[in-house]
Amino acid sequence: MKTLADLKKIREKAQEEMKLRGGTTRIKVVVGMGTSGIAMGAREVMKTFLEEIANRNLTDVLVTQTGEKGLSSLEPVVDIIEEGKPKITYGNMTPEKVKKVIVEHIVNGRIVSDYVVATGN
Amino acid sequence: MSLKRIDLLICCGSGCVSAGAIKIKDQFHSVLKDKGLTNEINIIETGCMGPCDYGPVMVIYPEGVFYKKVTPEDVEEIVEEHFLKGRPVKRLMLQDEEEKNYLTNKEIPFYQKQVKVALANCGYIDPESIEEYIATGGYEALGTVLTTMTSQQTIDVIKKSGLRGRGGGGFPTHLKWQMVHDNPSEEKYFICNGDEGDPGAFMDRSLLEGDPHRVLEGMMIAAYAIGAKNGFFYIRAEYPLAIKRIKLAIQKAKEAGLMGENIFGSNFSFEAEVRTGAGAFVCGEETALIHSIEGQRGNPTPKPPYPAVQGLLKKPTIVNNVETLGNIPTIILKGAEWFSSMGTQTSKGTKVFALTGDVRNTGLVEVPMGITLRELIFDVGGGIIGDHKFKAVQLGGPSGGCLTTQHLDVPIDYESLKERGAMMGSGGVIIMNEEKCMVNVAKFFMDFCVDESCGKCAPCRIGLKQMLEILKRIDSGNGKEGDIEELQRLGETISKLALCGLGQTAPNPVLSTIRYFRDEYEAHIRDKSCANKVCLDLMHFEIDKSRCIGCSLCSRKCPTKCISGSREDKYTINQLSCIKCGTCMDVCPVKAISKVPGMHPDVKAKREAEAIKQQNQDE
Repeated sequence: MKTLADLKKIREKAQEEMKLRGGTTRIKVVVGMGTSGIAMGAREVMKTFLEEIANRNLTDVLVTQTGEKGLSSLEPVVDIIEEGKPKITYGNMTPEKVKKVIVEHIVNGRIVSDYVVATGN
Repeated sequence: MSLKRIDLLICCGSGCVSAGAIKIKDQFHSVLKDKGLTNEINIIETGCMGPCDYGPVMVIYPEGVFYKKVTPEDVEEIVEEHFLKGRPVKRLMLQDEEEKNYLTNKEIPFYQKQVKVALANCGYIDPESIEEYIATGGYEALGTVLTTMTSQQTIDVIKKSGLRGRGGGGFPTHLKWQMVHDNPSEEKYFICNGDEGDPGAFMDRSLLEGDPHRVLEGMMIAAYAIGAKNGFFYIRAEYPLAIKRIKLAIQKAKEAGLMGENIFGSNFSFEAEVRTGAGAFVCGEETALIHSIEGQRGNPTPKPPYPAVQGLLKKPTIVNNVETLGNIPTIILKGAEWFSSMGTQTSKGTKVFALTGDVRNTGLVEVPMGITLRELIFDVGGGIIGDHKFKAVQLGGPSGGCLTTQHLDVPIDYESLKERGAMMGSGGVIIMNEEKCMVNVAKFFMDFCVDESCGKCAPCRIGLKQMLEILKRIDSGNGKEGDIEELQRLGETISKLALCGLGQTAPNPVLSTIRYFRDEYEAHIRDKSCANKVCLDLMHFEIDKSRCIGCSLCSRKCPTKCISGSREDKYTINQLSCIKCGTCMDVCPVKAISKVPGMHPDVKAKREAEAIKQQNQDE
């Protein structure tokens, strides 16, 4: 390391690794992980999100979880929260649907209306 | 590779480690492995998070959920409920008096009045990872200084910030630096003083353990400012984790090219190494510390010459405290104005304190200078444990003094504390409730100083010993008129004549307790009574016959067999043989035995008779 620019490079990469601790993220994916969600395969859904996001090197996406959301018949349920936009809730998610949501919604910003079960708060 | 979704920060400061943090960390590793979650969750060991009383503590991001007093048995539940189902475990959260749960670490009142500068990363990053330190802006200050500023400009920034030494004395940091900077000597040295020795103080240890790179960066900036090429960390061997972490930090900085030759492409080259001390209190004194590094016996020498003129190996040397260095990178990055906007007229910035004693939130805190003692003890510290009242606070360890309720609204800065007989010291704050006997407290600190006196100068070696003897005499019921005045006379003389800071300040606890609690000393001497029932010779145990049920348990358990009686007559203590072990009080099923202040009349009479006998013999 010889210049401040070198340092900056390391810093940006390291900040990426630490973004869970309050860095800036563009999109937050919240997977409903209550008992019924897990029973309906929410773990697989979350795993797919984590893997796909890592594979695509999407640096500004945060995946987290929440408890029962009350939409038991539509589990697994996933919220996509974007700063300044209404919350989009997808239901009946599967790993295949997750891949589509990532490509369409998260990467290209086009909501996959077929899977949407609720919008707003 | 998979994206992580949870950062689990486990506090691995010494307090939490001794409460079992390492076991918990291992347990997390094994449970996560069993459940196949290792890919999703980061387990990070951090430095001290502060609220040591609640240890082991942890914070779980992204939510920032704070858990206290976690046991290995709780791990399964945390993983099952929180990590898998997203339901934080309520019973492990911190609660307020109305039993409301504090969900995240930001909501906890303990953190509300704190401003973290030196401790900014403590409990937030992995201290063994240079990348995490860099992520928080680490080494940016060093790079900026080396590539855009001259050494004089660096000193000017520190001068403008008003930073003063955090080790105790409060000497303006820039003045020392300027002296060495102006010295034409080719060889200069920089020493970081990590020989923290005050009982109940753990600020420097926590900073070295929790954010070693910050201290290292601070040292390099300082070394550049004064023109030193070599630095030493002097850390006591009792701090193995701090030593390990700082050594690792040095190694990582070298690997990253942040230490060594021509750092950041400049002319500045620097090497640092760690020297361990054997744990003598006097080695925190700068001249003694320098001798210790040189391989000599750790004795102080008279100043002048000051180390800034003739220090290590007779070369100009700066000795700065750990916390002082911890402030420097942030001052450079955020500017002198930002730093000097905090604090009072003469004391700028923040100060780290270690809260201990009878306070609810024992732990490590950092508050702006100028905060009142009341805010520090009651808002940040959470007040006194149990139903007790605040009595006194000892600031600055064995060199400092006691302050009382009347001083609660005193702002904490170097001058205000000194005026009232205490001192900032390195930041140890021992809080005492109304059950403490101040004579006993003074004796404790004096005992410590006598133990730690190096013996080089007579005032300290002989004078402190005399003071301790008088205190012991008072404590054992043999105090006499004039003892208080004699203590004051000795104390004031030693303050003036002792060679180094240790001796000069050692009488402070005695002088300040006499100043504010003279009535307690007088009661000990004249009435032979310790109102708080702490000094064993000046209190006794008594059995309340109206409550005694004559079960004989006390009599059977008494190690000196000094309790006698019967079911009908109830039991009494033979005061002359009682050794005041308190066993009888502990075993009594009906709580009929209590402590009573004052020497028992029987003991008093016996002592007087013995004194007369002795006098007759002498004649």
